[in-house]
Amino acid sequence: MLELREVRKTFYPGTPNEKKALNGIELHLDAGEFVTVIGSNGAGKSTLFNAIGGAFLIDSGVIQLDGRNITSMKEYKRAFDIGRLFQDTMKGTAPNMTIEENLALAYTRKAGRSFFAVNKRDKEYFRDLVKKLGLGLEDRMRTKVGQLSGGQRQAVSLLMAAIAQPKLLLLDEHTAALDPATAEKVLRITEDMIQKDKITTMMITHDIQAALRLGNRTVMMDEGRIIFDISGKEREEMTVEKLMECYEKNSRKKLENDRMLLHR
Amino acid sequence: MSLLFISSLQEGFGYGLLALGIYITFRILNTPDLTTDGSFGLGMAVSIVLTAAGHPVLSLAAALAAGALAGCVTGFLQTKVKIHPILAGILTMNGLYTVNLMITGGKSNVSSAAAISVFRIFEEKTGIMPEYVKAIVPFMFCAVGIAALAVFFKTRKGVAIRATGDNEDMVRASSVNADACKLTGLALGNACVALSGGIIGQSMSFFDVGYGTGMVVVGLASVIIGETIFGRRGVTAGFISAVAGSVIYRIFIALALKVELFPSYGLKLISAVIVVIALSLPAVKSWVQLRQTQKRERSRRC
Repeated sequence: MLELREVRKTFYPGTPNEKKALNGIELHLDAGEFVTVIGSNGAGKSTLFNAIGGAFLIDSGVIQLDGRNITSMKEYKRAFDIGRLFQDTMKGTAPNMTIEENLALAYTRKAGRSFFAVNKRDKEYFRDLVKKLGLGLEDRMRTKVGQLSGGQRQAVSLLMAAIAQPKLLLLDEHTAALDPATAEKVLRITEDMIQKDKITTMMITHDIQAALRLGNRTVMMDEGRIIFDISGKEREEMTVEKLMECYEKNSRKKLENDRMLLHR
Repeated sequence: MSLLFISSLQEGFGYGLLALGIYITFRILNTPDLTTDGSFGLGMAVSIVLTAAGHPVLSLAAALAAGALAGCVTGFLQTKVKIHPILAGILTMNGLYTVNLMITGGKSNVSSAAAISVFRIFEEKTGIMPEYVKAIVPFMFCAVGIAALAVFFKTRKGVAIRATGDNEDMVRASSVNADACKLTGLALGNACVALSGGIIGQSMSFFDVGYGTGMVVVGLASVIIGETIFGRRGVTAGFISAVAGSVIYRIFIALALKVELFPSYGLKLISAVIVVIALSLPAVKSWVQLRQTQKRERSRRC
């Protein structure tokens, strides 16, 4: 489904601030795989997502999605098949527009032809989808998204990303800004959605426990490289402690990221 | 009805389309578009030259198209050449000054008083008094404009343009071409502005190369007055309140001129002051709040 070969990206080349953000990434994802991505700050996780999403062009290498070379494709065109979610809950929605209108815009790429963006046929569909979130938002379809709480907004963003049935879903710490209970809820909604539609997914998280519990594969990044990649039986037997050991062995340095250690 | 009120309606609706254009660029697209001064003059020039040549109705369609084109130029500079929105607008506005003079053949003043205007045609068909006609025709243009825009901004393309002004990243993430949305919005806004210039031009039967100067502020004042009175609501309400704001602005100016509050050349300063006052309201409010809190804290300490 997703194929990355020798992907490299250097920021500020030739200056003292030169940073090799992606240093020869090789990654192959099968359809329906759900990969959790871990690694300390600055390891290149978000840069990797930005490279796949098309926020910038890579220096060298090839990115293929579902057999199509998307390396030089424009960002908004890639978005036709790639859904993205960020930590910042404001990023995924238009705050001055209603829930309905936001969903209608997200649905534009896959909706049938219609004159009005919010029409009778789609309205019912949107209401059903929102109802399934179980947040009581189905009766507030004409509320401006800016008036919702962070968790509610993130749930709507998730719906917007999934509504167009993307081939790939990129979740960049999308529950990190939420309180634990809400984060749990949004995570559960995420899981349900991914399982139901069999969407190939990559999720960045700093919660190692969650990284091992969710999905069926885990990769760890360090200094712009994937330093290890586990799935199947090996992953089932993995514990947080063993993972830490692996990390230290692979990167030959202590975990400097407190957030990773202190989480649970 | 008093002449003062009638002339306010004439001008209020005439500049109503200008307010609609400003509402589209400043409020919906959320970009400070300074093309306006140039595109207003552009509409005026096109309209007067074609009216003088005997095509009053066609001239308004041409003004509309010319305005859209001017908006496209600014849009191109903003999205493809990546020039800062304010500078992009200023550049187009500057260029248009020359373009407008080219349209009039280098003359900075053109009169079409001898030719038949859309107002004259309407007058002859209906037999209504000329003063009223000059209010009714612009009103009809505003009404049709509001209806058409209100419908358009509910369509898929229209919703995408609104979202572009609200959160551009989200529009791109939804696989919609945000640059195209911006371009369309700017074209639409400037088309309205140029049409306004065309109507005002025909109602006065002349073109003056400096007439468009300061139209951004006039339009913005109208939009803000409308919002202050009717509140900030949806797009359709926004369009109506922009035109209403334009009429109220003209009534206010007419009254102030009548009691000789300021000379007729004080118009631009007054417009600027209105905009400044309206824009400063939130800052004043928070300052008052700060003072009150400080006072409360002080009295508690004593």
